Amino acid sequence: MNDQHTAKAFDVDLQDLGRIVAEMGGLAEKQIADSVSALARRDTTLAQRVTMADAAIDALQREIEEKAVLTIARRQPMAVDLRDVVGALRLANDLERIGDLAKNVAKRVIALNAEFPPPKLIRGVEHMTDLVLGQMKAVLDAYARRDDAKAMAVWRGDEEIDAVCTSVFRELLTYMMEDPRNISFCIHLLFCAKNIERMGDHATNIAETVHYIIDGRPITDARPKGDTTTIAALVAGK
Amino acid sequence: MSVASFTVPTVTHAQVSAEGLAEKITIENLDFFYGDHRALKDINVSLYLGKVTAFIGPSGCGKSTLLRVLNRMYDLYPHQRATGMVRLDNQNILEPGQDLNLLRAKVGMVFQKPTPFPMTIYENIAFGIRLYEKLPKSELDGRVQSALERAALWNEVKDKLGANGQSLSGGQQQRLCIARTVSVRPEVILFDEPCSALDPISTAKIEELIDELKDDYTIAIVTHNMQQAARVSDFTAFMYLGELVEYGETTRMFTTPNDRRTQDYITGRFG
Repeated sequence: MNDQHTAKAFDVDLQDLGRIVAEMGGLAEKQIADSVSALARRDTTLAQRVTMADAAIDALQREIEEKAVLTIARRQPMAVDLRDVVGALRLANDLERIGDLAKNVAKRVIALNAEFPPPKLIRGVEHMTDLVLGQMKAVLDAYARRDDAKAMAVWRGDEEIDAVCTSVFRELLTYMMEDPRNISFCIHLLFCAKNIERMGDHATNIAETVHYIIDGRPITDARPKGDTTTIAALVAGK
Repeated sequence: MSVASFTVPTVTHAQVSAEGLAEKITIENLDFFYGDHRALKDINVSLYLGKVTAFIGPSGCGKSTLLRVLNRMYDLYPHQRATGMVRLDNQNILEPGQDLNLLRAKVGMVFQKPTPFPMTIYENIAFGIRLYEKLPKSELDGRVQSALERAALWNEVKDKLGANGQSLSGGQQQRLCIARTVSVRPEVILFDEPCSALDPISTAKIEELIDELKDDYTIAIVTHNMQQAARVSDFTAFMYLGELVEYGETTRMFTTPNDRRTQDYITGRFG
């Protein structure tokens, strides 16, 4: 394809949008890693820093929105350009939500304060986080390189995160049934796990958007799902 | 005219579902020559009743030429000829022995620059009607009024029908030309860049008009304004160097075109 527009400033506008999305993605990744590392080390200072840093992500989202609206108004983008701009808007939304979820995890860390969940439980959550971070890195890479195959791999890869989430959930349930004193921290951990699982869902949303930007058609297949926490609850509650 | 269910063969891989649409004009294997220069190359496309088809493409791609074939405007010039088939209601209009006046009454045309005649507003419309029909004065008045109403001009000129048509503003003149075209009750209206000399408000009025007219007519529009094509048309054809590169539903053509050349053109990456 002829990559350059006749109006060079249009190229600059689109590149700027892509650059801010990439920056936002980088920040979101860092927030995820920091929030879970604060959880693992019970580092409330780091957790505090995570909650503060969320504002930077929100600011980037606003910047993307303003830039996208301005680009639409000024350039009336068509076809792939239009998908680029709309895609940037959607990505910004998902990344902003991911930032919020990381902030939620950080708040739980602060709330946990002096309680010490067994490291084994935290490891499950950490494992989930590694998977989510892998997905995030891959999908942001797919966006930057406009790599449809990579985006689709991310889209299919969420199943594993869901499966780990289900197993973490079961484990926590067992702990809570064993001793009611575990309930408090287990609930916190459970929400952390669910937050991280939701981050994975947003990564697949991003994958769908990347596919749409490249291909122009939404994905219509049903995505493989591995999250059975609701069913697990029913079984355990019997 | 038959209401048929069929799939239109297209140049690129896109398939247009034309189910329930009636083909008004069918163009098959059309070639056009200016002397030795082949300006249109094997064009195959249909215009549907009650639909707007936009022709887009860079200057010199043949879109205006194609429009000129549809009412045989080219006949006015020597050394210009068309081969192939252009069927209007299943009759090949390229065949010799056509009544060209009747054809041009059926297939009206609005040009880039407004072309009011140097006569009164009333006469600008009545003149055309008188060419085809002998009507009593009262009926003629009614026809002039309804044509001006269809062209959304009546309210602006009803008190000065005796004024010179050329005294109107550019946008009003263009609507006067549309009224003139509509007055002889055509079946097809061809717009050749009807808004390129107009301000945004007049442009919006013409677009609104096209939207209203399309229920009763088959409309083809040539435009350089991509957003305009996207706004007013149901189908879009992209032409390049005398060829029809891609044809399809407008909603798809401007969001996910199949051909690289179409994409490069509509996104402003051409050349």
